[in-house]
Amino acid sequence: MMKDQLEAIRAKAKSVLASAQTLQDLDAARVKYLGKKGELTAILKQMGKLSAEERPVIGQLANEIRADIEAHIAADVEAIKEKMLEEKLKSETIDVTMPAKPMPQGHKHPLSIVLDEVKEIFFGMGFNVASGPEVEWDYYNFEALNIPKEHPARDTQDTFYITENMLLRTQTSPCQIRVMEKQKPPIRVIAPGRVYRSDAVDATHSPIFHQIEGLVVDKGITMADLKGNLESFAKSLYGEDTKIRLRPHHFPFTEPSCEIDVSCFNCGGKGCPMCKGEGWIEILGGGMVHPKVLKNCGVDPDVYSGFAFGIGLERLVMFRFNIDDMRLLYENDVRFLNQF
Amino acid sequence: MILSKKWLLDFVDPGCSDKEFADEMTLSGSKVEAFEVEGGELSNIVTGRIETLERHPDSDHLWVCRVNVGADAPLQIVTGAQNLTVGDVVPVALDNSVVHGGKTIQKGALRGVESCGMLCSLGELGLTAHDFPYAIEDGIFVLGDDCDRTLGIDIRDAIGLNDTATEFEITSNRPDCLSIIGLAREAAATFQVPLKLHAPVVKGSGKDVHDFLSVDILNPERCYRYCGAVVENVRVKPSPRWMRERLRACGVRPINNIVDITNYVMLEYGQPMHAFDLRFLKGNSVIVRTAKDGETITTLDGVERDLTPEMLVIADAEKPVAVAGVMGGEYSGIMDDTNTIVFESACFNGPTTRITAKKLGMRTESSGRFEKELDPASCMPAILRALELVELLDAGDVVNGIIDCDKATHERRTLPFCPDWVNDFIGIDVSPEEQQAILERIDFEVKDGVIYIPTFRNDIEHQADISEEIARFYGYQNIPNRQLSGVANAQHTPAQKLERLISDTLLGCGLSEIATFSFISPKHYDRLRLPQDSALRNSVVISNPLGEDTSVMRTTVLPSMLDVLARNYNNRNEEAKLFEISNAYLPNGPEQLPDEKQTITLGMYGADCDFFTLKGVVEELLYACGVNDYDVEPLKDDPSFHPGRTAIITVDGKVIATLGEAHPVVLRNYDIGVKAYLATIDFDSLLKYGDTDRKYHQLPRYPASNRDLAFVCDADLPVLKIEKLIARAVGETLELIKLFDVYVGSQIPQGKKSVAFNIRMRAADRTLTDEEADAAMQRAIDALADIGISLRS
Repeated sequence: MMKDQLEAIRAKAKSVLASAQTLQDLDAARVKYLGKKGELTAILKQMGKLSAEERPVIGQLANEIRADIEAHIAADVEAIKEKMLEEKLKSETIDVTMPAKPMPQGHKHPLSIVLDEVKEIFFGMGFNVASGPEVEWDYYNFEALNIPKEHPARDTQDTFYITENMLLRTQTSPCQIRVMEKQKPPIRVIAPGRVYRSDAVDATHSPIFHQIEGLVVDKGITMADLKGNLESFAKSLYGEDTKIRLRPHHFPFTEPSCEIDVSCFNCGGKGCPMCKGEGWIEILGGGMVHPKVLKNCGVDPDVYSGFAFGIGLERLVMFRFNIDDMRLLYENDVRFLNQF
Repeated sequence: MILSKKWLLDFVDPGCSDKEFADEMTLSGSKVEAFEVEGGELSNIVTGRIETLERHPDSDHLWVCRVNVGADAPLQIVTGAQNLTVGDVVPVALDNSVVHGGKTIQKGALRGVESCGMLCSLGELGLTAHDFPYAIEDGIFVLGDDCDRTLGIDIRDAIGLNDTATEFEITSNRPDCLSIIGLAREAAATFQVPLKLHAPVVKGSGKDVHDFLSVDILNPERCYRYCGAVVENVRVKPSPRWMRERLRACGVRPINNIVDITNYVMLEYGQPMHAFDLRFLKGNSVIVRTAKDGETITTLDGVERDLTPEMLVIADAEKPVAVAGVMGGEYSGIMDDTNTIVFESACFNGPTTRITAKKLGMRTESSGRFEKELDPASCMPAILRALELVELLDAGDVVNGIIDCDKATHERRTLPFCPDWVNDFIGIDVSPEEQQAILERIDFEVKDGVIYIPTFRNDIEHQADISEEIARFYGYQNIPNRQLSGVANAQHTPAQKLERLISDTLLGCGLSEIATFSFISPKHYDRLRLPQDSALRNSVVISNPLGEDTSVMRTTVLPSMLDVLARNYNNRNEEAKLFEISNAYLPNGPEQLPDEKQTITLGMYGADCDFFTLKGVVEELLYACGVNDYDVEPLKDDPSFHPGRTAIITVDGKVIATLGEAHPVVLRNYDIGVKAYLATIDFDSLLKYGDTDRKYHQLPRYPASNRDLAFVCDADLPVLKIEKLIARAVGETLELIKLFDVYVGSQIPQGKKSVAFNIRMRAADRTLTDEEADAAMQRAIDALADIGISLRS
């Protein structure tokens, strides 16, 4: 009986497929049963011998068996492929705790990190950034700033001289003069840069350090503007809860002058080793631009007023990163630089 | 300036704690650095009287005393001191007491005998024989009759070691506050309490000062006033305890009554005083004059000094006897046999004193005061006070009269009283009445719209100065906070943007930023192997450097980078990849400021560093800055670099960068034991030639044609030259030339190399045909053949 033969093929094929392990086994099975010279094809070739009634029945059965076997093969292919993938992935397992391949970026110098932050804050408040020469005329560094020759205030800034009239600037304040000579008010600038003083190198002194000068000149500028503005700066730098405290001081080029403390960002003002128990940390000096200085720059002090301030960058940096020795900043050991 | 609280209380009583005093004074403008309670660390030390004194049974140098400390039973204390007798009153450190230096004393036994404490020496109280001249330093301090010898009281009260010393930072504009009276005036204004000033009274002993002394000022523009007085029959001895105590609290060591009086008056009035021995004033005359060329003086410190005509001296009829306002001559001091002295209370011009002191290299307490411009008006009260103290201390007999050579005007400066101006300037609203009240608290007078400024306030010159006086007593803390109004329009300049871009790019390339000193030793120029005639050896020279190491402004940034590489190498760091954006300083002569040439310096060493690593960073930077059209050429003759491993980058023939391996001798000079790579890039050139404005180019829509070509050429021919010839030959369809192989060896002739390129061509509007691509390759082959470069077969 042809029908029995067909069923026998189906049964045989299924048993072969059940034991198939590889894609090759499956392919061999497919050729053996469904191929052009396969067993099912061979049966079908004998269909001519069947009666007209039997032919469609057997034909249908044969097609059904072919579809059945094909479905089986397809399912087995999927299963084997999946198993193979699993094995492949398993074999590809790596130890993810092994070290990474480094893609190192460089490290910005701590002085730049804080300077950029300060610049950003003032930029947001409408301050342009100006600069001036480091090798400067005595006139700009001292005289125009109301510090004539033989003025005792020159002592607090031990100066490196090049010639009698040329020196290494001891402060960024000469930028005030240079800005005012070039630009009419309103003026709102900061001028960061290197300054030089004849101090021997130790943990808290360096003959080269950085200041950030600030200058605002306009009609109706008052000390209240100075206070408000620098408090905003302090809050931006150290957080909203920061307070500032102004103490009277003396700078020849500002009057009134002040030193400005911020509430200690370490203890919040309660007193700690960082602020030496004071609750306050001095970060800058400033004041109202001395009318004589305005006049020296051709700005009419009867029309305009202004405030100026100077920030010591190293101090900010050392507090920010808990650096206890200023020399580290200029030694540039990569083990230091890599920490930032 | 250190302030004794006891002394302050002569003039004003702030009525508050030491801490409040310090805080309030700071906020009103007299900055307190610190305050210290004398004897603050001592505790549980009292007065006690030696009742019995017996030898220790087991020691030949120890004594066993019974000491009455005011309690019911005397204490037994063992001491090793040999200067005691029964009846002496001494400091007794009881059980659990603390002596100077923080050492705790406890009950114990010495060689088996119980000791309930310790008897103290001066040193154990933190004192020296200067404080108690009758006491010895290497024994127990036996209290004299200038102490309170009540038994059992705190030793600090008994000997007057109970002052508070407050240290002020006085700014250079306020020499008046370098005095007890000046600070008392500030304190009175700060705490709004009365200031009680004292008018010195001198009795005199007869005779006339004019019979002893004449005074003449030859340079009145340099000496405003000279007051001289004479004291006969000087009796040199220690000052009384109260004076020693106050001097000690102010940080001045007591010497003897005459010296102490001059120091006391200087501290009280801020007026430097000097005392001459009249014997050594030839002609009994004081002449204030400028020094003559060739004159010399041996000063009190025993140093002979050359004088020059810009210096002011005090001379007698023959010679200088003191450098005015700076230091006395060697015979001007008080000696054991001094009988008659002249007190000087003078006022010298600030800049003159400053120049003199600076030229002679001796800054003294006195010169430091005069150079800030003192008030001539204080000469007279100060000398009167000195004479009053002479009589009070019985230090001599004061001759009647004072010679007052007074060239000062004594006119008070005036300014208009403008309360509105002050309010507008500070941003406050303080009534004219309140402003006037504040000014009057600090001895300014306001009358008919005019402010009369006291003569001791020569720092007040302008309405702004008045506003500071108002503001600091109104309280800086009471000034409102106001935000700036008006339009803020901040912009970065192209240079600022570029600097940020450069920094970001180099950080992205893995280089870390450094910061170095801009002055160096000129020896670096030798280390860099610069020829003797190199222009770079011409530096901006610092005339007063800290040392040779930091004596010239660098003309090249390489030494700074090499120093840092060397430091890292010596610190055994395996690698360093660094950059700095900083200046080199090129001199322009004395009439013009130097050029400050902003330069980007790269430096690296380490396992993965070679010339091409460095070149990769430089090219990445050029790309980021938008410098696209540049040439790379070998540089063979820079003495600091390896002659075969160095290149320059040029744009329009101008060198914008140098990069290469450091010359091995340079590396040796810096003690760097590995190869290091250096580059310098000119910032201004990047700014000039760079164009960071980018435009999108459509992505390719047609496929590329790729061809590989290998050529054989002379081994020393730069590949860039071949690339350029290929590029020109291929024309606009060229998209990329990439060198992928360089071969030297047996396959090709000696002295030749094989170089292989991958060439990618593409047209924007069509697919290139093979024929087009092949034709382009043929053009390249022909072009190279023209200069003798053959296709590798």
